[in-house]
Amino acid sequence: MMLRILTLLVLLLSPLSPALAQVDYTNTELADPVKEREAKALMDTIRCVVCQGQPISGSNAGLAGDMRALIRERIAAGEEPEAIRAWLISRYGAWVSFKPELHPSSAPLWLIPLIALIAGIVLIRGRFKKRAK
Amino acid sequence: MTRRIWLWVPFAFVAFALAIFGWNLAHPVDRRVPSALVGQQFPSVSLAGALDPASGVDAALLANGQPHLVNVFASWCVPCAAEAPGLTLLQQQGIDIVGIAVHDNVPDLTQFLAQNGNPYSRIGMDYNGRTQIELGSAGVPETFVVDGRGKIVRQHIGVIEPEDIATLIADIRGAQ
Repeated sequence: MMLRILTLLVLLLSPLSPALAQVDYTNTELADPVKEREAKALMDTIRCVVCQGQPISGSNAGLAGDMRALIRERIAAGEEPEAIRAWLISRYGAWVSFKPELHPSSAPLWLIPLIALIAGIVLIRGRFKKRAK
Repeated sequence: MTRRIWLWVPFAFVAFALAIFGWNLAHPVDRRVPSALVGQQFPSVSLAGALDPASGVDAALLANGQPHLVNVFASWCVPCAAEAPGLTLLQQQGIDIVGIAVHDNVPDLTQFLAQNGNPYSRIGMDYNGRTQIELGSAGVPETFVVDGRGKIVRQHIGVIEPEDIATLIADIRGAQ
Protein backbone atom coordinates (compact mmCIF):
# COMPACT_ATOMS: atom_id res chain seq x y z
CA MET A 1 0.00 0.00 0.00
CA MET A 2 2.72 2.41 1.10
CA LEU A 3 4.73 1.53 -2.00
CA ARG A 4 1.75 2.18 -4.23
CA ILE A 5 1.20 5.63 -2.77
CA LEU A 6 4.89 6.39 -3.18
CA THR A 7 4.86 5.26 -6.80
CA LEU A 8 1.82 7.40 -7.47
CA LEU A 9 3.50 10.38 -5.83
CA VAL A 10 6.64 9.94 -7.92
CA LEU A 11 4.57 9.61 -11.08
CA LEU A 12 2.57 12.70 -10.22
CA LEU A 13 5.60 14.81 -9.37
CA SER A 14 7.93 13.75 -12.17
CA PRO A 15 6.46 16.00 -14.87
CA LEU A 16 7.11 18.95 -12.57
CA SER A 17 10.83 18.37 -12.44
CA PRO A 18 12.47 20.94 -14.77
CA ALA A 19 14.85 18.41 -16.31
CA LEU A 20 11.92 16.45 -17.67
CA ALA A 21 9.99 19.45 -18.91
CA GLN A 22 11.61 19.07 -22.34
CA VAL A 23 12.32 15.63 -23.77
CA ASP A 24 15.94 14.72 -23.27
CA TYR A 25 16.90 12.56 -26.24
CA THR A 26 20.19 11.40 -24.75
CA ASN A 27 18.78 7.96 -24.00
CA THR A 28 15.21 8.34 -25.23
CA GLU A 29 14.35 7.04 -28.65
CA LEU A 30 12.43 9.15 -31.13
CA ALA A 31 8.71 8.36 -31.30
CA ASP A 32 8.91 7.85 -35.06
CA PRO A 33 10.60 4.44 -35.65
CA VAL A 34 11.79 5.39 -39.14
CA LYS A 35 13.53 8.52 -37.87
CA GLU A 36 14.93 6.64 -34.88
CA ARG A 37 16.43 4.06 -37.26
CA GLU A 38 18.00 6.87 -39.28
CA ALA A 39 19.38 8.48 -36.13
CA LYS A 40 20.70 5.15 -34.83
CA ALA A 41 22.45 4.39 -38.13
CA LEU A 42 24.21 7.74 -37.95
CA MET A 43 25.09 7.33 -34.26
CA ASP A 44 26.70 3.97 -35.06
CA THR A 45 29.16 5.70 -37.38
CA ILE A 46 30.07 8.72 -35.26
CA ARG A 47 33.09 8.19 -33.05
CA CYS A 48 33.02 9.18 -29.40
CA VAL A 49 35.68 11.85 -28.85
CA VAL A 50 36.14 10.87 -25.20
CA CYS A 51 36.33 7.06 -25.32
CA GLN A 52 37.64 7.11 -28.92
CA GLY A 53 37.29 3.48 -30.03
CA GLN A 54 33.53 3.45 -29.53
CA PRO A 55 30.68 4.85 -31.59
CA ILE A 56 28.55 7.35 -29.68
CA SER A 57 25.62 4.93 -29.77
CA GLY A 58 27.44 2.57 -27.39
CA SER A 59 29.25 5.00 -25.15
CA ASN A 60 28.52 6.08 -21.60
CA ALA A 61 30.52 9.30 -21.87
CA GLY A 62 28.60 12.49 -21.21
CA LEU A 63 29.72 14.11 -24.45
CA ALA A 64 28.58 11.06 -26.46
CA GLY A 65 25.17 11.43 -24.82
CA ASP A 66 25.05 15.10 -25.78
CA MET A 67 25.85 14.15 -29.38
CA ARG A 68 23.10 11.51 -29.41
CA ALA A 69 20.61 14.12 -28.20
CA LEU A 70 21.83 16.55 -30.88
CA ILE A 71 21.52 13.95 -33.63
CA ARG A 72 18.03 12.85 -32.59
CA GLU A 73 16.80 16.44 -32.34
CA ARG A 74 18.16 17.32 -35.78
CA ILE A 75 16.79 14.16 -37.39
CA ALA A 76 13.43 14.88 -35.79
CA ALA A 77 13.63 18.39 -37.26
CA GLY A 78 14.03 16.84 -40.70
CA GLU A 79 17.76 17.26 -41.29
CA GLU A 80 19.55 14.71 -43.48
CA PRO A 81 21.91 12.32 -41.62
CA GLU A 82 24.78 13.11 -43.99
CA ALA A 83 24.32 16.83 -43.36
CA ILE A 84 24.61 16.20 -39.63
CA ARG A 85 27.73 14.10 -40.21
CA ALA A 86 29.24 16.91 -42.27
CA TRP A 87 28.41 19.38 -39.50
CA LEU A 88 30.09 17.20 -36.86
CA ILE A 89 33.15 16.84 -39.13
CA SER A 90 33.25 20.64 -39.41
CA ARG A 91 33.59 20.73 -35.59
CA TYR A 92 35.83 17.76 -34.76
CA GLY A 93 37.50 16.96 -38.07
CA ALA A 94 37.23 13.82 -40.23
CA TRP A 95 38.35 11.81 -37.21
CA VAL A 96 34.86 11.92 -35.69
CA SER A 97 33.33 9.87 -38.49
CA PHE A 98 33.79 6.12 -38.86
CA LYS A 99 32.96 6.49 -42.54
CA PRO A 100 36.25 7.64 -44.07
CA GLU A 101 36.08 9.98 -47.00
CA LEU A 102 38.69 10.26 -49.73
CA HIS A 103 41.19 13.01 -48.98
CA PRO A 104 45.02 13.08 -49.19
CA SER A 105 45.62 11.61 -45.72
CA SER A 106 43.12 8.79 -46.18
CA ALA A 107 44.05 8.07 -49.82
CA PRO A 108 46.21 4.97 -48.97
CA LEU A 109 43.18 3.44 -47.29
CA TRP A 110 41.32 3.52 -50.60
CA LEU A 111 44.22 2.98 -52.96
CA ILE A 112 46.06 0.08 -51.29
CA PRO A 113 43.28 -2.50 -51.87
CA LEU A 114 43.08 -1.37 -55.47
CA ILE A 115 46.85 -1.61 -55.96
CA ALA A 116 46.89 -5.01 -54.22
CA LEU A 117 44.14 -6.26 -56.53
CA ILE A 118 45.97 -5.10 -59.65
CA ALA A 119 49.25 -6.57 -58.39
CA GLY A 120 47.44 -9.85 -57.66
CA ILE A 121 45.97 -10.02 -61.16
CA VAL A 122 49.37 -9.34 -62.73
CA LEU A 123 50.96 -12.04 -60.56
CA ILE A 124 48.31 -14.65 -61.38
CA ARG A 125 48.50 -13.87 -65.08
CA GLY A 126 52.24 -14.40 -64.95
CA ARG A 127 51.76 -17.80 -63.31
CA PHE A 128 49.16 -18.92 -65.81
CA LYS A 129 51.30 -17.89 -68.73
CA LYS A 130 54.19 -19.93 -67.35
CA ARG A 131 51.98 -22.97 -66.92
CA ALA A 132 50.59 -22.61 -70.45
CA LYS A 133 54.13 -22.92 -71.74
CA MET B 1 68.24 -14.26 -60.32
CA THR B 2 65.06 -12.18 -60.28
CA ARG B 3 63.42 -15.01 -58.34
CA ARG B 4 65.97 -14.62 -55.59
CA ILE B 5 65.25 -10.91 -55.28
CA TRP B 6 61.54 -11.66 -55.03
CA LEU B 7 62.23 -14.00 -52.11
CA TRP B 8 63.43 -11.03 -50.11
CA VAL B 9 60.24 -9.06 -50.62
CA PRO B 10 58.28 -10.69 -47.74
CA PHE B 11 61.24 -10.20 -45.40
CA ALA B 12 61.54 -6.57 -46.38
CA PHE B 13 57.82 -6.14 -45.82
CA VAL B 14 57.96 -7.65 -42.31
CA ALA B 15 61.04 -5.59 -41.43
CA PHE B 16 59.20 -2.48 -42.60
CA ALA B 17 56.13 -3.35 -40.51
CA LEU B 18 58.29 -4.03 -37.43
CA ALA B 19 60.05 -0.70 -37.92
CA ILE B 20 56.64 1.04 -37.92
CA PHE B 21 55.59 -0.83 -34.75
CA GLY B 22 58.84 0.09 -33.05
CA TRP B 23 58.57 3.73 -34.03
CA ASN B 24 54.99 3.95 -32.74
CA LEU B 25 55.95 2.32 -29.44
CA ALA B 26 58.58 4.98 -28.96
CA HIS B 27 56.24 7.80 -30.05
CA PRO B 28 52.78 7.22 -28.54
CA VAL B 29 49.95 8.59 -30.63
CA ASP B 30 48.48 11.91 -29.56
CA ARG B 31 44.98 10.99 -28.41
CA ARG B 32 43.71 14.55 -28.14
CA VAL B 33 40.99 15.54 -30.55
CA PRO B 34 41.59 19.14 -31.65
CA SER B 35 38.73 21.36 -32.72
CA ALA B 36 38.36 21.81 -36.46
CA LEU B 37 37.39 25.44 -35.82
CA VAL B 38 40.92 26.69 -35.12
CA GLY B 39 41.56 29.37 -37.73
CA GLN B 40 37.85 29.99 -38.20
CA GLN B 41 35.25 32.33 -36.81
CA PHE B 42 33.91 31.59 -33.32
CA PRO B 43 30.53 29.86 -33.85
CA SER B 44 27.44 31.95 -33.30
CA VAL B 45 26.48 30.95 -29.81
CA SER B 46 24.45 32.85 -27.29
CA LEU B 47 24.42 31.75 -23.67
CA ALA B 48 22.60 33.06 -20.63
CA GLY B 49 24.83 34.59 -17.97
CA ALA B 50 25.59 32.42 -14.96
CA LEU B 51 25.73 34.92 -12.13
CA ASP B 52 24.30 37.95 -13.86
CA PRO B 53 21.72 37.13 -16.54
CA ALA B 54 22.61 40.35 -18.36
CA SER B 55 26.25 39.36 -18.91
CA GLY B 56 25.96 36.17 -20.88
CA VAL B 57 28.27 34.99 -23.63
CA ASP B 58 27.57 36.01 -27.18
CA ALA B 59 29.72 35.39 -30.26
CA ALA B 60 29.22 38.99 -31.43
CA LEU B 61 30.63 40.17 -28.12
CA LEU B 62 33.87 38.30 -28.77
CA ALA B 63 34.48 40.30 -31.93
CA ASN B 64 34.72 43.64 -30.14
CA GLY B 65 38.27 44.45 -31.28
CA GLN B 66 39.91 42.97 -28.20
CA PRO B 67 41.34 39.45 -27.98
CA HIS B 68 39.76 37.08 -25.49
CA LEU B 69 40.44 33.80 -23.82
CA VAL B 70 37.41 31.52 -23.84
CA ASN B 71 37.72 28.92 -21.12
CA VAL B 72 35.46 25.88 -21.32
CA PHE B 73 35.13 24.53 -17.78
CA ALA B 74 32.76 23.13 -15.16
CA SER B 75 32.47 23.24 -11.39
CA TRP B 76 32.40 19.42 -11.33
CA CYS B 77 35.69 19.21 -13.21
CA VAL B 78 38.62 18.61 -10.86
CA PRO B 79 41.41 19.66 -13.28
CA CYS B 80 39.52 22.95 -13.80
CA ALA B 81 40.15 23.85 -10.17
CA ALA B 82 43.82 23.07 -10.75
CA GLU B 83 44.11 25.62 -13.56
CA ALA B 84 42.32 28.38 -11.61
CA PRO B 85 45.62 29.96 -10.41
CA GLY B 86 46.86 30.03 -14.00
CA LEU B 87 43.71 31.77 -15.19
CA THR B 88 43.95 34.28 -12.33
CA LEU B 89 47.51 35.06 -13.37
CA LEU B 90 46.38 35.65 -16.96
CA GLN B 91 43.57 37.88 -15.77
CA GLN B 92 46.07 39.92 -13.74
CA GLN B 93 47.95 40.47 -17.01
CA GLY B 94 44.88 42.32 -18.23
CA ILE B 95 43.57 39.48 -20.38
CA ASP B 96 39.80 39.22 -20.70
CA ILE B 97 38.67 35.70 -19.83
CA VAL B 98 35.23 34.49 -20.80
CA GLY B 99 33.96 31.30 -19.19
CA ILE B 100 31.63 28.68 -20.62
CA ALA B 101 30.33 26.41 -17.87
CA VAL B 102 29.34 23.01 -19.27
CA HIS B 103 26.55 20.96 -17.68
CA ASP B 104 26.65 23.16 -14.63
CA ASN B 105 24.22 24.82 -12.24
CA VAL B 106 24.37 28.19 -10.52
CA PRO B 107 24.71 27.04 -6.88
CA ASP B 108 27.61 24.66 -7.64
CA LEU B 109 29.26 27.24 -9.86
CA THR B 110 28.96 29.95 -7.18
CA GLN B 111 30.64 27.65 -4.69
CA PHE B 112 33.37 26.74 -7.18
CA LEU B 113 34.13 30.42 -7.84
CA ALA B 114 34.15 31.22 -4.12
CA GLN B 115 36.68 28.44 -3.56
CA ASN B 116 38.94 28.94 -6.57
CA GLY B 117 38.52 32.62 -7.39
CA ASN B 118 36.69 34.17 -10.31
CA PRO B 119 38.97 35.27 -13.16
CA TYR B 120 36.04 35.55 -15.62
CA SER B 121 34.62 38.80 -16.92
CA ARG B 122 31.49 36.84 -17.84
CA ILE B 123 30.31 33.26 -17.68
CA GLY B 124 27.77 31.64 -20.00
CA MET B 125 25.77 28.60 -18.96
CA ASP B 126 25.93 25.71 -21.42
CA TYR B 127 23.29 23.64 -19.67
CA ASN B 128 22.98 20.84 -22.24
CA GLY B 129 26.57 20.80 -23.51
CA ARG B 130 25.47 21.92 -26.97
CA THR B 131 27.86 24.86 -27.11
CA GLN B 132 30.74 22.56 -26.28
CA ILE B 133 29.93 20.45 -29.36
CA GLU B 134 29.44 23.64 -31.39
CA LEU B 135 33.02 24.57 -30.47
CA GLY B 136 34.44 21.16 -31.33
CA SER B 137 35.60 20.84 -27.74
CA ALA B 138 36.19 17.27 -26.57
CA GLY B 139 36.37 17.87 -22.84
CA VAL B 140 37.02 20.23 -19.96
CA PRO B 141 39.11 22.22 -19.42
CA GLU B 142 39.87 23.66 -22.83
CA THR B 143 40.84 27.20 -23.67
CA PHE B 144 40.42 29.04 -26.96
CA VAL B 145 42.38 32.13 -27.95
CA VAL B 146 39.99 34.39 -29.89
CA ASP B 147 41.30 37.44 -31.73
CA GLY B 148 39.69 40.88 -31.87
CA ARG B 149 37.62 39.95 -34.92
CA GLY B 150 36.20 36.86 -33.27
CA LYS B 151 38.44 34.32 -35.00
CA ILE B 152 39.73 31.32 -33.03
CA VAL B 153 43.50 31.41 -33.40
CA ARG B 154 44.49 28.64 -31.01
CA GLN B 155 43.06 25.91 -28.84
CA HIS B 156 44.73 24.81 -25.63
CA ILE B 157 43.55 21.34 -24.60
CA GLY B 158 43.74 20.44 -20.93
CA VAL B 159 44.89 22.25 -17.81
CA ILE B 160 46.80 25.52 -18.20
CA GLU B 161 50.07 24.62 -16.51
CA PRO B 162 52.49 27.32 -15.27
CA GLU B 163 54.73 26.68 -18.27
CA ASP B 164 51.83 27.32 -20.70
CA ILE B 165 51.18 30.83 -19.46
CA ALA B 166 53.96 32.64 -21.35
CA THR B 167 52.84 31.09 -24.69
CA LEU B 168 49.22 31.97 -24.02
CA ILE B 169 50.11 35.57 -23.21
CA ALA B 170 52.22 35.78 -26.38
CA ASP B 171 49.39 34.29 -28.45
CA ILE B 172 46.83 36.69 -27.09
CA ARG B 173 49.10 39.71 -27.53
CA GLY B 174 49.57 38.67 -31.14
CA ALA B 175 45.84 38.22 -31.67
CA GLN B 176 44.63 41.83 -31.69
